[in-house]
This record gives sequence, C-alpha cells and structure tokens, in this order.
Amino acid sequence: MAAADAMTDAARHREAVAIAPGVHWIGALDPALRTFDIILRTEQGTTYNAYLVRGRDGVAVIDTVKAEFAEEFFARLESVADYGEIRAIVLNHLEPDHSGALPELLRRAPQATLYISARAPAILNGLLKSVVPRPKPPLVTVKTGDSLSLGERKLRFLLTPFVHWPDTQCTYLADEGVLFCGDLFGCHLCDGRLFDDRIGEFWPAIDYYYAHIMRPFAHQVREALAEILPLEPRVLAPTHGPILRERPRRYLEHYQALARRPANGPPRLAIFYISAYGNTAQMAEAIAAGAGEADGVQVSTHDIETGETAAFLDLIEGADAVAFGSPTINGDAVKPVWDLLSSLATIDVKGKRAGAFGSYGWSGEAIWLIEERLRGLKMQLPVPGLRIKLIPSTEEIAACHAFGRQLADSLVGGPGSARTLDLAEIG
Amino acid sequence: MPKANITFDDIGKTVSVPAGTRVIEVSERIGAGILYGCREGDCGTCMMQVLEGRDNLTEPSVLEEKVLRENMANGHDRLACQAQIIGDCRIRPA
Ligand SMILES: Cc1cc2nc3c(=O)[nH]c(=O)nc-3n(C[C@H](O)[C@H](O)[C@H](O)COP(=O)(O)O)c2cc1C
Ligand code: FES
Ligand SMILES: [Fe+2]
Ligand SMILES: [Fe+2]
Repeated sequence: MAAADAMTDAARHREAVAIAPGVHWIGALDPALRTFDIILRTEQGTTYNAYLVRGRDGVAVIDTVKAEFAEEFFARLESVADYGEIRAIVLNHLEPDHSGALPELLRRAPQATLYISARAPAILNGLLKSVVPRPKPPLVTVKTGDSLSLGERKLRFLLTPFVHWPDTQCTYLADEGVLFCGDLFGCHLCDGRLFDDRIGEFWPAIDYYYAHIMRPFAHQVREALAEILPLEPRVLAPTHGPILRERPRRYLEHYQALARRPANGPPRLAIFYISAYGNTAQMAEAIAAGAGEADGVQVSTHDIETGETAAFLDLIEGADAVAFGSPTINGDAVKPVWDLLSSLATIDVKGKRAGAFGSYGWSGEAIWLIEERLRGLKMQLPVPGLRIKLIPSTEEIAACHAFGRQLADSLVGGPGSARTLDLAEIG
Repeated sequence: MPKANITFDDIGKTVSVPAGTRVIEVSERIGAGILYGCREGDCGTCMMQVLEGRDNLTEPSVLEEKVLRENMANGHDRLACQAQIIGDCRIRPA
C-alpha cells in the first residue's frame, strides 16, 4: 500500500492527523470495544477523539482519552507538540472516557491551565481525589462567551449542560469554524479514516448513540442546538466516531429532528395498563372515559402485555400525562410494568403529569410502588393513586372517571394547572 | 404557619410552601430543572439563580459561601439544597 494511503488510516500509524490549519486529531482507536457505559452495544468499536490546537502563543489540548489508551494519545500528541508548549487543557466534559489520561497529562504538562465548565469542579474532585500525588492544576472555570486566547486565535466556550453530563460544554475555534462538540453528534464507530467523507454511510450509528446517550436530555439538546446553529460550524469534531466536515449542517438538522419537541397538538394523556382478570382493564377504560370529558385532551389506552416498549416510549415522550395500571401480584406491580417504568430513564419525563391505579386483592402495594417510581423520575402526581379491591363497583367506576377527569384537567387549565399549587398537593 | 410563594421560572410554576421549606424539597417535587448531587451543600450542582426575592431566602452559611465561590457563582446564585424559603421569590436553574 502506498504511504499516502497508509497515512489516511490512523489505525496504521501513531501520529496526529491534521483536520484544519494548526488543528490536529490526537485521539485513540478502540476497535475491540463491544459494550460502552454498560448500556450501549458497540459492535463497531469506538474512538476517543482528542484534539490539539496550535496558536502563536501556545497549544491547547481538547479532551483526552480513556485511561487504557493514554499511550496512543501521548504518541500522537508528541508527533505535533512538546509538553512544554501546552498552555491549556480543555475538558468538554469529565466522563472517564475523555478524562482518563488527564492525570498523566497533568504530570507531563504541569504548567498547563485546565479549562472546565462552572459545573465541573465537583466532578473533577471526584476524579482526582484518588490520584497520588494529587494533581492541583491551575484551574479556570468558564461560562458561555468566555474565551481562551492562543495568540492570533481564540477558543470560545459554550456551556451545553447535560448533553449528557452536568458539566458538558462545547469549544469553538471561530477562525476555522471547528466546533469541538464533545459527545454531541458522536457515534461509536471505529474507522481509522476518521472523516465522514472518507467513510460513507453511518447514520444508524449516530441514531443509536443519540437514542442511548442523548435522548433523556432532548430538552437540553434543543437548547444546545440553539447555541450551536448560529455559529454555522464548518467542522464538527466530536469525541467519538468520525469527524464531520461534509456539509456539517446535515448533522445539526438531523439532531434537530431527533430532539424535536412532539408536535404542538392538543395535550395528550396515555394510559398504560396490564390486567390478569380484567379488573385493572376496566379501571383503565373508565379512567379514559373520564379523561375524555375534559375539553381538548387526547386520550389513548394501551395494554402493556401486548405492546412494544419502544413504541410505548415514543408515546410517553410525546404525552403530557401518563397513567400506569397494574394489579398487585405477590405484593408488587408486575414485571412488564416495571420493565416499562425502568425504561423511562431513557427518555425525558421530568415534570410530566402521572398517576397510578390498579385492582388488588388484599394489600394493593403495586399502586404505591408505582407512585414512588414516578416520583423518583421527578414526574408530577396531581391525583393520588387509585386502588380498587377486586371487581370495581358502580361507585368505584365513577371514582375512576373522576381520577381520569382530574388528571386530564391538570393539563387544560381545569383545577390544577396554572394556579399556585400548594406544597401538600404536589407531594 | 406562615406561607410563602416560590416561582420556578423555567417551568412557569408557583408553589405555596410553609416558611422554612428548603428549595430542594419543592423543586424536586414540581419537576423544576435544578439538578442535585450531594444534597448537602458540598458539590455545587444545585446552583440556582435568584431572580427576585433574594432577601426572602435564608442567609447563606459560611460553607455555602465557600462552595459558591469555588463554583464561580455570581451574586445572584444560591444552592437550592441549602436555601430556605422565608418569603416570596422567583428562581431558575443557574
Ligand atoms: C452514561 C452515564 C450517565 C451517568 N449518569 C449519572 C447520573 O445521572 N447521576 C450520577 O450521580 N452519576 C451518573 N453517572 C456517573 C457514574 O455513576 C460514575 O461515573 C460512577 O463512578 C461509575 O461507577 P462504575 O465505575 O462502578 O461504573 C453517569 C455515568 C455515565 C457513564
Ligand atoms: S446538591 Fe450538592 S451542593 Fe446542593
Ligand atoms: Fe460522555
Ligand atoms: Fe464519551
């Protein structure tokens, strides 16, 4: 193979790769990785992308790599800079896959100042407290609009909290239009060719990454996009997967579509239930009927037993209120309900209205346990859980109606929406 | 018991609470966007910006002052896990 070809595949060398004048990729390839952060499958491995920006007055290193890959990172760094030249180390978030080589980098470049977001010092303490001797780097915490000068060029910071850690920020090199965007727009794909235009199609990897890392923070992704779009970056340099330089606006627009707020229709209430003997199902039906009487609320009911979790999650993401019904079996809600409830951490449900209901035989724990979970997800419970012993009577069906109506009213300015709430009502 | 209203600007909700309630107790239950880490005034994650009624929150302790300083807070920022509501106020996540 010709030398030029070999150099275009970072898997074949340990040097830095230029991505713009005075800007290099100094990351590491991890082709063998098969799971990431426990929750993601990574059948194509991943990369830990770190970058180096050179200005007249010195060098900035942006992010590092997972600890096990430090050696490769340092080799690439050394191919374009001396440690003594490093003025600044920028960490766009402190997750260990990007801060793993930080302690060693601080040892090699003790003069470098660390630039992290205002939300990061507490996390930094947690990461460095076990390192002996404990590094005490000069530290600057930044807010949106702050910048770092390297002489003729500047790095500008944009705080983009919670995409996907509290301390997440992006760093922008305006003169070349390079946005160092952290995990945003990233994906787990290990390809030594490094650039989107050399690699070809990998939208599924971006979608998978978004679904598992960013989706719970759709709201914060929208806020981050609002900051990023006006910059019109020419290169998106994420921390995983290909560097995006071929019509980068495509990726911004793709993220906009992924994070889009569900259509502005009428408020929606989705009712999920499971039922062995039909009692909890009857309750669900009556709750739906009651909710349907509230003006302009769109109500749907779904049998958890036969539905698909993925489709349910889409529904819940788009709903304004959700109710979960389960019979109590062996002192608990049943497993399919828990499976659905545990999946709610993968979407953004904070602040949505929620309620629990179910039929029971003698103890009825399911309802309290579901309510606890919903509170744990920081959902709002405007109506206390509704338990009915065995087969609902006519009066109890009326109570289900009222439960549905109240839940729906809390969405449309009935009692419980815009007025001042009392602390006792929201507990 | 005296009551006070606290408004969470990010979600547009107002809650009436007994005086002395910590902001964290309300914001978690109402689903406001303030984030929590340690819950004991140590990590600075719960920083919030006080838009109105700064004097209607209890005075920050020496420890809170220190954490705020370390986290580069400005004069309008408080820790939601520490500040207690004693009168009407309006806040948002910092
Ligand atoms: C994807 C991801 C999400 C996380 N979310 C949270 C979180 O919501 N709250 C929290 O306290 N820590 C969170 N963490 C931090 C982990 O709990 C922390 O890194 C921990 O040290 C990991 O423990 P382990 O080494 O046993 O895996 C998150 C970490 C990852 C990778
Ligand atoms: S949550 Fe840690 S300081 Fe408030
Ligand atoms: Fe991350
Ligand atoms: Fe990452």
